[in-house]
Amino acid sequence: MACIKPDGSLTPSAKALLSSIGEPLSPEEIAAQLNQPLFKVRSILREMVNAGLAVAVDEKYRLTAKGKEKLS
Amino acid sequence: MEQVSATQESNMARLPRLGEPAPQFEAVTTHGDIKLDDFKGSWLILFSHPADFTPVCTTEFIGFAQIHPKLREMNCELLGLSIDSVYSHIAWVRNIEQKLKQKITFPVIADLNKDIATKFGMIMPGESKTETSRCVFVIDDKQILRAMIYYPLTTGRSMDEILRLIQALQTSDKHGVATPANWKPGEKVIVPPPKTQEMAEERVRDDNVECKDWYFCKRKLQ
Repeated sequence: MACIKPDGSLTPSAKALLSSIGEPLSPEEIAAQLNQPLFKVRSILREMVNAGLAVAVDEKYRLTAKGKEKLS
Repeated sequence: MEQVSATQESNMARLPRLGEPAPQFEAVTTHGDIKLDDFKGSWLILFSHPADFTPVCTTEFIGFAQIHPKLREMNCELLGLSIDSVYSHIAWVRNIEQKLKQKITFPVIADLNKDIATKFGMIMPGESKTETSRCVFVIDDKQILRAMIYYPLTTGRSMDEILRLIQALQTSDKHGVATPANWKPGEKVIVPPPKTQEMAEERVRDDNVECKDWYFCKRKLQ
């Protein structure tokens, strides 16, 4: 996985993205907030959802409990 | 020269078509797993190079990196591809940054099983059966394939032309015009020719365009 290291910790870009979705945000809003290209945000979000760290709700993304724990 | 079977030929040389949706794919890249879908809403230049750690390809990567900021201003992303491993890609882009002082800011696909190369017809068996040729696919923000450039292994591509191509396509989309040979931004554009006699008669009387004849008219963009 590109965003989760072998030891289970997050890469800087993954941490930054998860930290930005305390309130639910769309991929476009996340990209604007982080000044990152949209394709990269979508790719990271997919990995975060697959890892159970984020969840999509009505085309916006928010942290899961597991995601909050990962950030703390 | 070794003969290529009909099956091999059909597997290697399938070309996508302009004006149709670009073939979808999911890829391992130097920026993680990426889908073509991820680029919806942006234009994309998907380009292939024959091999990492080769000199012409290195000059092209530097060229692409140098035009990347300008492309981003135009809502256009870059995505490279070769039939090399992601480890080779990582080593090569680090080498370019360390030795040639150019950071490579775009992802590069590691297409080891030639899946994407085959979908896009990037392999030219007459040149090489194991390397992609120098291909460029311009995909718009709706994921429609808009232009293709194919260059041989021997000849590096022109970044000026690739930039010009994006500018021309986006100008055509925005203003409903075409662009003449050698067009550069700021120059007059081609007004689409009239499709009826009535429109042709109107066209030659239109003071807002400059016509050599009813079918051949240019105008300045506002």
